[in-house]
Order: sequence, then C-alpha cells, then structure tokens
Amino acid sequence: MYDFAYHKPSSVADAVKLLAADPDAKAVSGGHTLLPALKHRLNKPSSLVDLSGIAEMRGVRREGNALIIGALTRHHEVANSEEVKSAIPALAYMAQHIGDQQVRNRGTLGGSVSNNDPAADYPAAVLGLGATIHTSKRKIAADDFFLGMFTTALEHDEILVAVEFPIPEKAGYAKMRNPASRYVMAGAFVSKGPKGVRVAINGAAACVFRQSEMEAALSSNWSADAVAGIKQPADDLNSDIHGSAEYRAHLVTVMAKRAVAAAG
Amino acid sequence: MDTEKHDTTAPSSNRRRFLVGSALSGTVPFLPHEAEARAPLAARPPGDAAPGFALHVNAHVYQVALDPRTTLLDALREHLDLTGVKKGCDHGQCGACTVLVEGRRELSCLSLAASMQGREVTTIEGLATPDGRLHPMQQAFMNHDAFQCGYCTPGQILSAIGCIREGHAGTPVDIREYMSGNLCRCAAYPNIVAAIEQARDQGEG
Ligand SMILES: Cc1cc2nc3c(=O)[nH]c(=O)nc-3n(C[C@H](O)[C@H](O)[C@H](O)COP(=O)(O)OP(=O)(O)OC[C@H]3O[C@@H](n4cnc5c(N)ncnc54)[C@H](O)[C@@H]3O)c2cc1C
Ligand code: FES
Ligand code: FES
Repeated sequence: MYDFAYHKPSSVADAVKLLAADPDAKAVSGGHTLLPALKHRLNKPSSLVDLSGIAEMRGVRREGNALIIGALTRHHEVANSEEVKSAIPALAYMAQHIGDQQVRNRGTLGGSVSNNDPAADYPAAVLGLGATIHTSKRKIAADDFFLGMFTTALEHDEILVAVEFPIPEKAGYAKMRNPASRYVMAGAFVSKGPKGVRVAINGAAACVFRQSEMEAALSSNWSADAVAGIKQPADDLNSDIHGSAEYRAHLVTVMAKRAVAAAG
Repeated sequence: MDTEKHDTTAPSSNRRRFLVGSALSGTVPFLPHEAEARAPLAARPPGDAAPGFALHVNAHVYQVALDPRTTLLDALREHLDLTGVKKGCDHGQCGACTVLVEGRRELSCLSLAASMQGREVTTIEGLATPDGRLHPMQQAFMNHDAFQCGYCTPGQILSAIGCIREGHAGTPVDIREYMSGNLCRCAAYPNIVAAIEQARDQGEG
C-alpha cells in the first residue's frame, strides 16, 4: 500500500467535506474491495475517508411501499433482516449468496453498488428492482446509475447514503457462480412490480444490463417458458479463462429461467 | 575428535539458539518490504484520526500508535505479538486470518487496525480459560484430528465458533457451505466437519 492519511468522520456532511477538499481522497466502507486494490497498488489515494462511523448510513427501514437500506448495512444484515425477508425475499437471498460468511459480515451495500464490479451481485438487484440511489446530493434512478465497468454516476465528492428498493409483487435471483472465486459467471435478477417487469443481467458483460427482449416476453406471459427460447447475443459479453462469451450467453437464458421460477 | 565435533556442531547450535531466542522475544526478521510499512510516524501525512488509538483484544486494551496502513492482522501479529492469527494470502481468499469481531467472524487481513477502534476482537489466544482449559471447539478439533499442518486451524476454529453461533451448523452440508471461507491445504475437511458437529452437539458456539 502507498502511504495515506486516515480520517473517520461521524457525519455524511463531514465526510463530503473531506472528499471535496482532496481530489485524491477515497471513501472506504467495508474495505473488502478497496484494501485488496490498495495492496496491489492499483490505487494511490492520498487519504482514506472511513465512512464506517456514520450512524445515519446504517439500517433497514420501510417507508410506504419501499425498503430504504443504508449504504453501510452489511450483507449479513440484509440477509437476516426480517423486514427484507418478508418484503423482498429475493434481496435477502441475493445477499446471503455473496462471497462467503466472512465477506458478508463486513462487505456493505454501498461499497458493492459504488464499486460496480461486473461480477458483483448487488448491482443486479438494484437494476432488477428499479431501485433509487440516495446520495449526499441527489436521487439517481438505477437506470441512470451504472455507467460501465467499475463506473457509476457518482461524482468524486458524492457519497452513496442509502438505496430505496420498491417492493415488488414478485422477484427472483439466480446465478452461476465460479466454483473457486464464487463470483458470478452470469446471473439474472427478475421482478414484476411498481417499476414494471425488469430483467437485469450481471456477470456476463462489462456492466450489469437490462435484457429488454426478456422483459417484453415476461410482460405478456410471466413464466420460465416465456424466456426459454430467447437467446442472448454473445457479441459484447465477457470471455476469459472461466468461460467464453458463448457460454455466458447460454447461461443468461438458463439463469433468467431459474430466476423466474424462483420468483414463482 | 572432540574439538572436531565441537567445530562442526557449533554453527548449527548457534543457529538454533538464535531461532529460539527470536521466537521467545517475538521479534521477526526485518524483511525489505516491511521497511515501508514501518516508516517513522513523522513521515506520514496527518489525518484527523490520531495515530494513537486503543485496540480491544481478548478483553485487554492495547494503546497503539500505528501507521494507518496497518491491517488488523499485522497489528495483531507484528505489534501485539498475538501470532496465533495466520497470514495465508493477505487478500481475503483463504480465511487463515479469521478473528471474531464483536463475536462475528471477519477477515483481519482486509480490515485496517484503525477502523477497529472500540470494537472487541477475539483471537485464538483468547479462547482458553485463564487456567488453560481449552474452548470446547479447540478440544473438538483435537479429538477429531481436524488438522495436519495446523496453519489454517486458528482461523478454522474461530470461524467454526461463528458458524455455530449464526445457526449455520445444522447439517454437514450447511457446515461445508458456511465454512467455505476457510481453506485447508491439507484437506482436513471431513474431520473439521466432524469436530464442528461435536462442539455443536455440546451446545457450544
Ligand atoms: C473473498 C471475497 C469474495 C467476494 N465475493 C463476492 C461475491 O461473490 N459477490 C459480490 O457481489 N461481492 C463479493 N465480494 C465483494 C464484497 O461484497 C465487497 O465487500 C463489496 O463489493 C464492497 O463493499 P465494501 O464495503 O467492502 O467496499 P469498500 O472496499 O470499502 O469500497 C469499494 C469502493 O466503493 C467506494 N465506496 C464505498 N462505500 C461508498 C459509499 N457509501 N459511497 C461512495 N463510494 C463508496 C470506495 O471508495 C471503493 O472505491 C467479495 C470480496 C472478497 C474479499
Ligand atoms: S490471510 Fe486473510 S483471507 Fe487469507
Ligand atoms: S491443517 Fe494444513 S492447511 Fe489446514
């Protein structure tokens, strides 16, 4: 790791001030993505702004027909929250299947969504449920948030504070995970609810994306059979030692079928 | 003959003494890559979280002054001489560095020591009673030979305690799934599962 200064503010306002004052400062939540990057010297922040002491960024609450989950809420808290399990069981299931238990005990919603790793799980849930990102300065629709590989609409001095998930009628998540790393090879988060019918695909391409052909098919017939015949083009999909683009394209259809079946 | 024998054995016994001495005093060889992590405090840019802070480990409070880059793992091993916690990969992949933080299993290699202020950390050294009675999970690992080289064992034992506390040790399938963050290169897995079942049946977590 390169040298850095360490700050631990206790409010969002103070954290934003620290980030705004230093163009090379970086936020850290669970550190389970940032610390490995720092150890590889892929990143050289002059200071780290540790968000983990900011109480207003924690916890799960229900507001009308939505769940609002604080950015610092850890994966195990979402997985075990009675509120989440009863309102959006697919979201609790997704959180329970991130990495391993040690990772779930420390990794956060905000860290995962801000990082936008192509193989991360949370971006699929956020896009697949049509969630709204609450930041320190504005609200951003999921459709406008994930811009590309490891890239989001967040600005340098903007902190992800919470995510608002509309409660769907039905939702389901299925993924094929790499047997060694457990990261997603291809996954599908499907939902039907206030934001219409949505199918978000993760792991397969450089960035999570919506599969509109499947959305149209499910809008007229919500069943696994409706997506079974839809082929995802392999053109822009990832190809690496873990699997070819064609293999991932095939997985997209299989995962979408399983996700619809899981949603019921 | 005697002199000759003395001459040939002298270097090795000196070497042995050196190793024993360094093990007892807790010093470690000063490797070149550590030079950076041990840069003098004055060389660091200032942060508002002071370099001096308290770490709560095994019911003791340690006042430390550390480079902000120091991970909890390095703080425990290099600065508090709690070397039971092991460094396998240093990247979150193997689980050898697992400790309990507020009773929950976490990876000490991917946490900054500075972020641990005010949180209670338990390492393998903190499990036995002060009079030396092993924790039932430690005893279960011994009863079932749940290790070979032992390198992964402190992490496995702490993770296993977390696994039972979370209610994830109901079946062997669950135990395997929820212990998946702890790798064992010696592949003692069947015995680890058996040890966890024993401790679970004794109501221990
Ligand atoms: C062994 C291992 C296995 C894993 N497996 C999986 C897996 O299967 N699926 C999966 O999805 N993830 C997996 N992860 C990643 C894990 O979920 C991470 O914890 C998560 O992606 C990042 O969360 P964090 O809180 O650790 O973020 P950090 O590492 O603290 O931060 C990540 C990035 O987001 C920024 N950031 C953090 N919080 C905020 C915020 N509130 N506002 C703005 N920017 C912010 C940071 O500056 C940094 O750039 C794994 C990690 C490990 C170590
Ligand atoms: S040393 Fe921390 S997980 Fe390997
Ligand atoms: S006992 Fe050798 S690595 Fe597990």
